[in-house]
Amino acid sequence: MTCVAWIDAALRGARPQAVGALLRHFKDLDLAEEAFQVASLRALKAWPEKGPPRDPAAWLVFVGRNAALDVVRRRRKEAALPDEAVLSDLGDAEAAVVEHIDDAPYRDDILRLLFICCHPDLPATQQLALALRIVCGLTVPQIARAFLVSDTAMEQRITRAKARVAGADVPFEAPSPAERADRLGAVATSLYLMFNEGYAATGGAAHVKAPLCDEAIRLARLLVRVFPGEPETLGLAALMLFQHARTPARLDAQGAIVLLEDQDRSMWSRDLVDEGTALLDKAVRHRSAGPYQVQAAIAATHARAARWEDTDWEGIERLYAALERLTPSPVVTLNRAVAVLEVRGPEAALAMVEPLAKQLGGYFYFFGVRGALLQRLGRAEEARASFDRAIALANTPAEAAHIRMQLDRLSKVPRARAPGR
Amino acid sequence: MLYAILCYDSEEVSGSWTKEQDDAVIAKLMVVQKKLAEDKRLGPVARLMPTSAATTVRKGKEAVVLDGPFAETKEQLLGFYVVECASLDAAIDVAKDLGRASSSNGSFEIRPLRLFRPGSLPL
Repeated sequence: MTCVAWIDAALRGARPQAVGALLRHFKDLDLAEEAFQVASLRALKAWPEKGPPRDPAAWLVFVGRNAALDVVRRRRKEAALPDEAVLSDLGDAEAAVVEHIDDAPYRDDILRLLFICCHPDLPATQQLALALRIVCGLTVPQIARAFLVSDTAMEQRITRAKARVAGADVPFEAPSPAERADRLGAVATSLYLMFNEGYAATGGAAHVKAPLCDEAIRLARLLVRVFPGEPETLGLAALMLFQHARTPARLDAQGAIVLLEDQDRSMWSRDLVDEGTALLDKAVRHRSAGPYQVQAAIAATHARAARWEDTDWEGIERLYAALERLTPSPVVTLNRAVAVLEVRGPEAALAMVEPLAKQLGGYFYFFGVRGALLQRLGRAEEARASFDRAIALANTPAEAAHIRMQLDRLSKVPRARAPGR
Repeated sequence: MLYAILCYDSEEVSGSWTKEQDDAVIAKLMVVQKKLAEDKRLGPVARLMPTSAATTVRKGKEAVVLDGPFAETKEQLLGFYVVECASLDAAIDVAKDLGRASSSNGSFEIRPLRLFRPGSLPL
């Protein structure tokens, strides 16, 4: 690896911890970010000459703090600044950095930084944009591409998000256990959104959105490292790893979705499946089930089956039943029905699906599943009507294309069942 | 004399490598290992999963199981085992057995392996 690539990786790795610590010192997102930028520029100059520091994050915090003080002084000349008292103990930066390395307030620094970016007051799209910009250090054009908007629009989105969180009151003291749990929950939700935003992409968008999955996993691993005993955080990281393991197999050459049942499982990433399994094993030992753990367990069950036909459907149905109890929702029931189809057949599954019509009447996937069940029962006309409805409700061309494929299969059914086949 | 060479580095950095960077690092290391293996001088090689996958078992009358890697700095690394286990629970049981058999204090850190090659040392 070249020296520049190493420094780049080191800066990316140290970023959440360093920006989190700088934010604690300056209590200002822009200033913390600017301080980190300046420190990064100095690192690019200093590290190739003097060699990399033992602790890149501590180096960046120390240099960044001094740099930000310069910025503060410069700003002071330009405009009136907040009181010195607002900025915490600026005099003794080095001592504070030593304390920062030895002690572990950085756990809460990282969490606070993530929580501010994923603040529940922000709309989801702003949360993700802000987290990708501030915590992950992606550039505005990179983020704009991932969300398929112009650079200017993304710049505005991030500026608005910053203004909004500046007004949101996030205390800088160490959080109470209850607050910490709340923050972890909010951050987990955003990380899963970030992951799904990347994972759901198809076609040309799949390529530009792929970094969202990588960043979400990197942050989830970080959360597990700094809060090691949280079963749901472990479950979330495991869930993402299992799903991401399928990435090489889930889109065809044209970028269309390949269904789980049709995927070439030898293309799944063994490394990611193994890591997901290790994390889920740790989570389960806590005997405190939660939605992320159950979803990870479902994904793990799929990963254990070498082929679709080997899937432990009874296990999956039990897990969906558990998920229904934890987070009752018609969408979960719909997914459970797919497992019921494999265990008890299309009739039982359809009986489970039909009552959901009222709640899921606007949901593409509902009509897709219902159509497939009717098709299995040989009710071709009703199946066709359901598929047509699904196409009308499809959110993306890939979804519509996928249903059309089902319709094509439907017209092939009589031939497939012809005598002698 | 057999020597163990233990690798230490920042996980934040190695965890930020792209797949391509990671592959490139491993490919370079493989060049060195290949030569050692051909000379029948290379023993087992293991790459550990990240510390997020680690569990620590603290020895004592009642062994204590903790999430996360071994974090104390007062104790030193004395040795390691590589054991095939069906699950994390099975690995924890092995560590507890080892703990009961040893008379000292200290801890075991359990880390799943990401990669294992048994090596080519003549026995």
